[in-house]
Amino acid sequence: MTNIVVLVKQVPDTYSERKLNESDHTLDRESADAVIDEINERAVEEALKIKEAGEGEVTVLCVGPDRATDAIRKALSMGADKAVHVSDEALQGSDMVATAKVIAGALGKVDGYDLVIAGNEASDGRGGAIPAMLAEILGVPQLTHARELSLEGTTLKVDRETEDGVTHLEANLPAVVSVTEKINEPRYPSFKGIMAAKKKPVETLTVADLGVDAGELGLSGAAATVLEAAPKPPRAAGERVEDDGDGGTKVVEYLAGQKLI
Amino acid sequence: MPAERLLPDAESADLVALAREIARDELAPVAAEYEEAERFPREQFRLLGKSGLLGLPYSEHWGGGDVPYETYLQALEEIASAWMSVGVGLSVHTMSCFSLAHYGTDEQRDEWLPAMLGGELLGAYALSETHAGSDAAALSTRARRDGEDYVVNGTKAWITAGGQADFYTTMVRTSDDGAKGISCLLVDASTPGLEAAAPERKMGLTGSTTAQMIFSDARVPTTRLIGGEGAGLKIALDSLASGRLGIAACSVGLAQAALDEAVEYSKARQQFGKPIIENQGLEFLLADMAAAVETSRAMYLDAARRRDRGMPFQRQASVAKLVATDSAMKVTTDAVQVLGGAGYTRDFPVERYMREAKVPQIFEGTNQIQRMVIARHLKEA
Ligand SMILES: Cc1cc2nc3c(=O)[nH]c(=O)nc-3n(C[C@H](O)[C@H](O)[C@H](O)COP(=O)(O)OP(=O)(O)OC[C@H]3O[C@@H](n4cnc5c(N)ncnc54)[C@H](O)[C@@H]3O)c2cc1C
Ligand SMILES: Cc1cc2nc3c(=O)[nH]c(=O)nc-3n(C[C@H](O)[C@H](O)[C@H](O)COP(=O)(O)OP(=O)(O)OC[C@H]3O[C@@H](n4cnc5c(N)ncnc54)[C@H](O)[C@@H]3O)c2cc1C
Repeated sequence: MTNIVVLVKQVPDTYSERKLNESDHTLDRESADAVIDEINERAVEEALKIKEAGEGEVTVLCVGPDRATDAIRKALSMGADKAVHVSDEALQGSDMVATAKVIAGALGKVDGYDLVIAGNEASDGRGGAIPAMLAEILGVPQLTHARELSLEGTTLKVDRETEDGVTHLEANLPAVVSVTEKINEPRYPSFKGIMAAKKKPVETLTVADLGVDAGELGLSGAAATVLEAAPKPPRAAGERVEDDGDGGTKVVEYLAGQKLI
Repeated sequence: MPAERLLPDAESADLVALAREIARDELAPVAAEYEEAERFPREQFRLLGKSGLLGLPYSEHWGGGDVPYETYLQALEEIASAWMSVGVGLSVHTMSCFSLAHYGTDEQRDEWLPAMLGGELLGAYALSETHAGSDAAALSTRARRDGEDYVVNGTKAWITAGGQADFYTTMVRTSDDGAKGISCLLVDASTPGLEAAAPERKMGLTGSTTAQMIFSDARVPTTRLIGGEGAGLKIALDSLASGRLGIAACSVGLAQAALDEAVEYSKARQQFGKPIIENQGLEFLLADMAAAVETSRAMYLDAARRRDRGMPFQRQASVAKLVATDSAMKVTTDAVQVLGGAGYTRDFPVERYMREAKVPQIFEGTNQIQRMVIARHLKEA
């Protein structure tokens, strides 16, 4: 039986307006709807596929505030079996290293994980480094940017795709994998899944339960500080090119004028 | 802007969120194209079925979702808000399961209901005939008993999903005894002698096929009679009382979509050096549209909550259908006004919304008939 842990982050909905708090430049979680990150739905899907092809159990692990239970429920309603939720005021403003340590600590509470599946990059923080940091802390292989994944026994094969090309990776479990958008199309939960999620166990932990030093966490524990943040300027009205047979020329002239070509 | 809803519990909220997600990602992107091509969205109904949305308000025992009407209708509203034809199809399918679910014997329900609610099959509801519209009791499609079968002859008219559906909940005449001579048969689409005529050419809701269903010596086993001979009209009217709430919810979804489009456009469109929404004349129009949408939603939810508590809700359902469909007509027409010339073109969805809003004022009891129902309650009180 493969014991799979999927790392799930709750993020502000990319369909709504996203803002930072003016005081400390952390994410303004009240201003936007919070949803499970889409890349993490793909991670859940991949875990469910492995489970359905053989035997396995899928645990969702989420570090986030109380309302992240919504994201956890979504993963459970897709078909994951249980969840671990780390929620603690002390975590507010934590940096990536701290987040990775907390995740590693929480993994210690899941008995005997074989495979950790994460998204390659969260749509809000966009650090893209948590999976690598986590593998480093755990001392297990990292197979990141997976666009395809297969598991035979305890041998994991991954096609890793980056701008440089595709690399074929192979490792033994336990391991950490991060997946890209290309990995799969996640399923929709079914109504039965929604009802079943209600009864699935969710273990809620605080930092004190994990043996992580609280001094390393939160805004004060972060290794780097955000000094300034400014919203993107609003999009200017576009320039309209009418095509009277010379549309191509006009577009080229425009692009040249913008020094884009 | 998504509607701010009051839902009874977290599962209801998750269900409505699922409906909204499917609506946004799978329905909205292709709606205009299908409507233009007059193409029936069969695959989309399969997806709804797979997600468990084709049997929501029925008993879990037969594979339904056991959700209250309050929740089912709000999920339906989300679907209709992205694509009216799919919303109406879902509402009609749900209504087509009503007679078996509420009037069938346990044996009949065990045999057919799980498949009807399970998501693979799509149902239709066949009451109207060309000469029996508002006066449904005048229907003349004849079912004559012959051994273990009824032999059915006649033509049902205006059937939503006609020719596409897998089963037809059909009202037929089993005796000449007026309203008491009507019975309900659950007819399989593959029944020999049952055929669909060419689809109607409609002004809107073109993704939803509407067609006559022609019965020529079609043999339907007597085991498929629901609720006994003569119970048909009562079953039909009972189905419609609940179905009407579905149509009200769909109309609210449609009006919400038109309002959202109008608000977005009026923030972006500049005239006289400022966004047009900055003019009080337009602001008040938009405020009235929002008020119409929200009162309509409140009205169907009031009726639904009564139904969920086992209280009488027929009068409230008629009020909800009347108010919600008239509001949708007005809101969609005003949305075209807000978009100006652009609103009158097919480059924007509001002209389609306006065409789609007309038919809910007509089907499942015209709004004149709703007023008759409401007035009857007043007279009887
Ligand atoms: C306003 C702002 C200020 C910030 N300030 C700092 C700073 O000062 N210093 C600094 O180092 N970082 C800072 N960060 C980064 C922040 O700490 C990260 O968002 C967070 O630690 C996770 O990194 P990420 O979201 O970029 O993860 P990624 O590495 O992009 O995430 C990849 C995958 O890891 C998993 N994962 C990530 N987070 C979680 C989680 N919480 N629970 C479960 N799984 C998870 C998911 O599977 C995800 O798909 C800041 C971020 C913001 C938005
Ligand atoms: C797109 C579409 C889909 C439909 N889907 C279905 C379906 O799935 N199943 C089904 O069985 N039927 C369906 N119908 C039929 C629909 O229910 C009827 O069209 C409706 O009941 C009205 O009947 P009618 O068209 O014969 O109009 P009529 O009854 O001829 O009415 C014409 C006008 O007279 C008015 N009127 C009639 N009687 C009175 C009265 N006593 N007092 C005041 N005014 C009155 C009506 O309100 C209307 O304005 C559908 C119709 C359409 C257009």
